[in-house]
Amino acid sequence: MSNDNNAANEHVIEYVTVMIGGQLFGLPISRVQDVFMPDRITRVPLSAPEIAGVLNLRGRIVTAIDMRRRLGLPPRSDDKPSMAVGIELKGESYGLLIDTVGEVMKLGEETREPNPVNLDGRLARVSGGVHRLDGQLMVILDVDHVLNTATEAMAA
Amino acid sequence: MDDLLREFLTETNESLDTVDVELVRFEQEPNNAKILDNIFRLVHTIKGTCGFLGLPRLEALAHAAETLMGKFRDGMPVTGEAVTLILSTIDRLKEVLGGLEQNEAEPEGTDTDLIGQLERMAMAGAAPSAAAKEEPKPAKPEPAAAPAQTLERALRPGEVSLDELERAFRETSMEMPAIAEKPKAAAKAEVKAKPKAEPKPVKDEIEDKDKIANQSIRVSVETLENLMTMVSELVLTRNQLLEIARRHEDSEFKVPLQRLSNVTAELQEGVMKTRMQPIGNAWQKLPRIIRDLASELNKEIELEMHGAETELDRQVLDLIKDPLTHMVRNSADHGLETPEQRREAKKPEKGTIRLSAYHEGGHIIIEISDDGRGLNTPKIKQKALDLGLATEAELEKMPEAVIHKFIFAAGFSTAAAVTSVSGRGVGMDVVRNNIDQIGGTVDVKSVPGVGSSFMIKIPLTLAIVSALIVEAGGDRYAVPQLSVVELVRAQTNSEHRIERIKDTPVLRLRNKLLPLIHLKKLLKLDDGADSAPENGFIVVTQVGNQTFGIVVDGVFHTEEIVVKPMATKLRHIAMFSGNTILGDGSVIMIIDPNGIAQTVGSAAIQAADTAEDAQQTAHLENTTSLLVFRAGSQRPKAVPLSLVTRLEEIDCKKIELSNGRYLVQYRGQLMPLVRVNDDVNVRTEGAQPLLVFSDAGRSMGLVVDEIVDIVEERLDIQVGSSETMGVLGSAVVKGQATEIIDIGHFLPLAFEDWFRRKEMKQEALTRTLLFVDDSPFFRNMLVPVLKAAGYDVTATPGGEEALAVIKKGQKFDVIVSDIEMPGMNGFELAEAIRADARAANTPIIALSSLTSPASIERGRQAGFHDFVAKFDRQGLIAALKETSAEWAEAA
Repeated sequence: MSNDNNAANEHVIEYVTVMIGGQLFGLPISRVQDVFMPDRITRVPLSAPEIAGVLNLRGRIVTAIDMRRRLGLPPRSDDKPSMAVGIELKGESYGLLIDTVGEVMKLGEETREPNPVNLDGRLARVSGGVHRLDGQLMVILDVDHVLNTATEAMAA
Repeated sequence: MDDLLREFLTETNESLDTVDVELVRFEQEPNNAKILDNIFRLVHTIKGTCGFLGLPRLEALAHAAETLMGKFRDGMPVTGEAVTLILSTIDRLKEVLGGLEQNEAEPEGTDTDLIGQLERMAMAGAAPSAAAKEEPKPAKPEPAAAPAQTLERALRPGEVSLDELERAFRETSMEMPAIAEKPKAAAKAEVKAKPKAEPKPVKDEIEDKDKIANQSIRVSVETLENLMTMVSELVLTRNQLLEIARRHEDSEFKVPLQRLSNVTAELQEGVMKTRMQPIGNAWQKLPRIIRDLASELNKEIELEMHGAETELDRQVLDLIKDPLTHMVRNSADHGLETPEQRREAKKPEKGTIRLSAYHEGGHIIIEISDDGRGLNTPKIKQKALDLGLATEAELEKMPEAVIHKFIFAAGFSTAAAVTSVSGRGVGMDVVRNNIDQIGGTVDVKSVPGVGSSFMIKIPLTLAIVSALIVEAGGDRYAVPQLSVVELVRAQTNSEHRIERIKDTPVLRLRNKLLPLIHLKKLLKLDDGADSAPENGFIVVTQVGNQTFGIVVDGVFHTEEIVVKPMATKLRHIAMFSGNTILGDGSVIMIIDPNGIAQTVGSAAIQAADTAEDAQQTAHLENTTSLLVFRAGSQRPKAVPLSLVTRLEEIDCKKIELSNGRYLVQYRGQLMPLVRVNDDVNVRTEGAQPLLVFSDAGRSMGLVVDEIVDIVEERLDIQVGSSETMGVLGSAVVKGQATEIIDIGHFLPLAFEDWFRRKEMKQEALTRTLLFVDDSPFFRNMLVPVLKAAGYDVTATPGGEEALAVIKKGQKFDVIVSDIEMPGMNGFELAEAIRADARAANTPIIALSSLTSPASIERGRQAGFHDFVAKFDRQGLIAALKETSAEWAEAA
């Protein structure tokens, strides 16, 4: 991952891009604690389906969330190892399980668009907008919503 | 904030708390000079330090209070009024201290009101004692007298600090008028007036402090918390190292690692100790609270405290402080009656609230009991109805103990009038929540008119617990060792074997059936690989008074685990209380036995509840638990489950035939086997099912073909429809006509003398007994038992008939009566008998399934001698023996 801090344009946000089920997503870099290879995930019986389990990351207990399930995507067919993006919310650590991690991109407001009205509901709920990139679209992942709705889904 | 000031604040707050307690004690024993000395010393220290730090307001107040207390030491009578005044002075001191803590400066304001009052009281006290000069030891508050004494004492060699203080006090008391006028000048005036005297007490204080400093130091809680976290991490690392060492058999690390392990354990224990505080710290404020409450409510209350030195973790202590205070307030407000009411109830006017704490198996038990009026069951019922917590029909069926538990429900307050003390409806549910939070339990017991008692059970610490690591469905889980009673390995051919009643797995364990839960199923991990349903490891777990077995696939070892809270997203899962990182670095869930107990639900609760409760429930629904089996024919047979001691399957090879009788070695004894009828064949191979009946150390095995089921059924027996021996009659059970077996018939077949053993012979002197029960089933079941016990039994089906028999002039040595009967019930019968001159002295034993404290009380009032649960044959025989012993004594 390259981490370029030169241009501090206030309209430019840095995103860590990830692939989930063939779709490109971007997480604001300010929210990303680290990226790691999840190892030995302990499943948590009776938990919400998108909770993959818990794991030990350098002495901290991290709750792993399966993003494919979270977004209603089919499980992975290949057995390549997943990656995880570490996120902190209210003092607790979460790991979002994703397929692969891409690069860090600096994107300005000019390529950003609101969610298309016909965007799939499950995606729309966690999306903070879309960036038009060359050749593909990047969905901005609203980390708080990803974790919040995890609670909603659990309650339902 | 200035270090010095901070130190002063903590120290002074502590001292003031102590003064609070001491003063209340002092009010009760005004002649205890030691207590007075303590108070005096404390207030003096506060005053001294205030002067040192330049806090005039505090100093003037402390000084005035000290002066008044000095008068007490001189023999001025201690009045409640005076103590109240000093207590309010202390409150003011705390107020000022609070302001000081916030703003680092004394808040604006004047205390002349309090100082004036204190001074007036001191003067008022001084006048009479000065007048009473003829007394041999008059107090000497006069300025002239004080220095004389001071001089006299100062000359004495080997003076101790107390005398120095006393001298200081005398001097200050002399200064009093000056202070009253110019409080701010007090310190200066004092120093000016006694330039020689002042340094000495200060030196004493320093010495005192030195002494304490040598024994203890003050450490901030934060430091301890950090230390604890570090130790927790160290424990984890140690565990990891041990795990690695386990994998490498003969590693050179082994010895040093062992040492590291031991040192870590000791360190952990040591750090835990620093966190331990006596529970008395949480009680410190209670005497004051009770005192204030007593005067506010016009009640006389005595607070007894036992086991204040019992230690528990600071964190737990903090969490328990408020609930405890609330409960004590509740007891004082709701529990205890007013003196008038108490007089009427023939109780001492002074009500007692008793607090006690003690350790019990890794837990600390705190009991708060009062000798007040007890919980108001009808009111609780009404409130439960109003709040929609239960329907009227449900309430009718509930035992009192269950109804009482409603007080822990949210928004529950039965206080008719909301007082400033309690009864705002945010009480007991908050208490329970707080206690739940720390993995504790709270229970209530109450007897109307006698008092109520709350029992809180909480763990000693929350941070590190010892846990048993188990496996289920391929994953490991930690079960807190505290709730584990024992481990049982169940195997197909061993004594312990998982059996099923329909689909419910149970285990026979020492004469009891233990309900079982498969952890796999509970966690919905059932992979279908349930290859050996009769095998498994059973973790026998106890939660409150509920015992059940958790079936797991494997048991590893115990490990000290550091409890980490579950993520908020997972906290809703009641099965887990937290998670932890194991020695090998993996994360595992910590099972919450409370959660499991709740989920297991009614089935386990019923099975684990005391037999008494079970019977109560059974009766309330008018149903009886019946064990259904087959023997000889396809027609099902049944026997009340409560009569059966155990269900057994015996290897047929163990059955021996001797003298035409079948015997089997059972628990080190020869147990005779009796067939239900001649059509039953004792098997020659495989396993033979038996119903075992035990009584007073003897057992009999009833040979049956097959144990079918356990059912709850309303028993409606058609008696006498069968001529078969050993059958009471038949009833419809689960839609099938079923023969109800008369155990009384079979017992003498096993042992001819079953009912005529030594212990019973003493009373087998043809004593007459009247047995009243509307149920033919019970008459048929118990009459042979009573007859065999040596009584000449007359049985009647109801109260009216019984009374008619008595009125005819027939005399009985003892009467045994059912309570719930159509027509005249047991209570009415007892009252009628008591009213009849001929039978008034005959002991009456109640036989009932309603053995709640209230019904027992009602029974006593009606004139019952004893109360025996309906199925408790042994209890009945014992009660009869007891009455006959008393009867023999009386004769």
